[in-house]
Amino acid sequence: MQISPIHKYGQYILLTIVTLLLMLPVLLGISLSFSTSESIAQGHLIPDKFVITNYIDVVKDTNMLKFLAHSFIVSSVVMVGQVLLSILAAYAFVFIDFKFKKTAFIILLSTMMLPFESQIIPNFNIMRDLNLLNTYSAMALPFLASAFGTFMLKTSFEQMPAELRQLSEIEGLSHFQFLRMVVMPYCKISLITFALYSFLTNWNMYLWPLISTDNDKVRTAQIGLRQMRAQDTASNWGLIMAATIIVVIPTLLIIFLGQKYFKNGLTSGVIK
Amino acid sequence: MSIKLQHLKKTYDNGEEVLTDINTVIEDGQFYVLVGASGSGKSTILNAVAGFIPVTEGQILIGDKDVTNLPPKDRNLAMVFQNYALMPNLTVAENIVFGLKARHVDKNIQQERLAEVLDAVHLTEYQHKRPTNLSGGQRQRVSLARALVSDAKVVLMDEPLSNLDAKLRAEMRREIRSLQQALGLTVIYVTHDQTEAMTMGDKVMLLNQGKIEQIGAPLDLYNHPVNTFVADFFGSPAINLLDATIANSKLTLGNGHSFKFNQTLEGPVKVGIRPENVHIYPGGSMNGKVTFVEPLGDGTNLAVDIGAGQLMRMKVSEQLLLNVGDDVRFDVVLDQMMLFDAKTEQLLSVGQAENIAV
Repeated sequence: MQISPIHKYGQYILLTIVTLLLMLPVLLGISLSFSTSESIAQGHLIPDKFVITNYIDVVKDTNMLKFLAHSFIVSSVVMVGQVLLSILAAYAFVFIDFKFKKTAFIILLSTMMLPFESQIIPNFNIMRDLNLLNTYSAMALPFLASAFGTFMLKTSFEQMPAELRQLSEIEGLSHFQFLRMVVMPYCKISLITFALYSFLTNWNMYLWPLISTDNDKVRTAQIGLRQMRAQDTASNWGLIMAATIIVVIPTLLIIFLGQKYFKNGLTSGVIK
Repeated sequence: MSIKLQHLKKTYDNGEEVLTDINTVIEDGQFYVLVGASGSGKSTILNAVAGFIPVTEGQILIGDKDVTNLPPKDRNLAMVFQNYALMPNLTVAENIVFGLKARHVDKNIQQERLAEVLDAVHLTEYQHKRPTNLSGGQRQRVSLARALVSDAKVVLMDEPLSNLDAKLRAEMRREIRSLQQALGLTVIYVTHDQTEAMTMGDKVMLLNQGKIEQIGAPLDLYNHPVNTFVADFFGSPAINLLDATIANSKLTLGNGHSFKFNQTLEGPVKVGIRPENVHIYPGGSMNGKVTFVEPLGDGTNLAVDIGAGQLMRMKVSEQLLLNVGDDVRFDVVLDQMMLFDAKTEQLLSVGQAENIAV
């Protein structure tokens, strides 16, 4: 398709305007995080004086670093668990024959249709009965199995050429050898994509960590942010913005570094 | 190691019969070609021998050992695939020793064998490259090397050359054949290409819809096809199959042209005339109008309308300056003419009475 220069520049201008509009809250947040409280109180959106005291205060005066560590632990555990379990489940669905395979897969998929909100109360009851409330386990356990991950990896495994499977059969590879030596290297991009996606989803989780915990011992960064608004720091917008930017950094990093994988993995791995 | 297929039968769950009573013996060191159109069952046989699919009935013996119910790894064979089946994340060398590594073969032995097969397929200087940086022919050679390194004496090849261009294919045909002979391998080679079957095979099995049409040496299949299907499958351009009648030592074609033909047979037949058994010269007893000319450089393919809606395909080894519509005169070599039963299409005889071939 031929695009005339005017058309092309028009598109760029439109995209730039829309991007700026969408970025406005983020830009505003960044700007405020470098402003002094006085400048914010006077209604200045651009800092009078560029300061980094807000960031220093976040580290010194709040529990934010502790919360970030909690978030990191929970997200990592969930990521590892989801990837591991999804790989094994997807492998079974693709390469092993067993009875009621289709039915089992449909049941698994149907869990994706259940909104999380409807699972909160049963999940909470289970965690309470297991005496796990206020632990990392309570935050991680309900998410270790991922129907989406299993589905995504299954689709990706299915696209492997059948000949690699046949070759492995001739060479006498065991299931674990085949998984480790052939399937995982071959589907590397999908695995990385899913791992990053899994980490991000958990990093951004708010409702469940809030419900399953009631003190600061294991709480995560997202709740920490919310708490700042509820406590004596409520009016210190510079501080809150600085904390927010810190929390957002891992997300941005993952998206920048993983962009290539997201693009390939989510499009080629799942639906063409 | 010899391979015996005894009464192989494969029926799918939906009742579709893909193999019916396949029997053959593949001798030790033989290059055995399974050839046929797609859906003929040739790949099914290969998959059954490899052990990827169970057979419904019958037995497979490799070196007198019944392997019918053994998993692929216990059949002591190697395989070369059409799409190479190379791991993109491994180098050439790593791909080749892939199976040895999985079997935990000693590292020194791995390296020794690797060096040998790399040399055999002329890829020594490419061993540290990745498959994506190789050409199609080189990739297939890696796949070949991987099959050779395992030391299995039986190698199954599933259309290994069909992804290559024509020139490379001819080169690889020779290379595979000479490797097979040098190493004394027993090869089962699946292809749909009649040229590969003719040029590479010690023995050829032609399959059609799950049934064996004929088994034999390539030239036997070419010169003495048991029926019109086999006759039509081999040879390019395809054989001319014309309706004719024999009566009183005279053979009359559908267009009314007749010539003296010593045969004890009588009645309607189908005659098979190979395109190269037609000679064009001014004194020829038959004639017709050229409907199509294909100059090949080293020869010419043409088709001539001989009347009664019948075409005669011809292949001559000289360059002919003919145009469509030109009149040509020609004769056919009667002693090479094949006679098939008009109804059953089975071969009755080749040539005239004194040359009857069994």
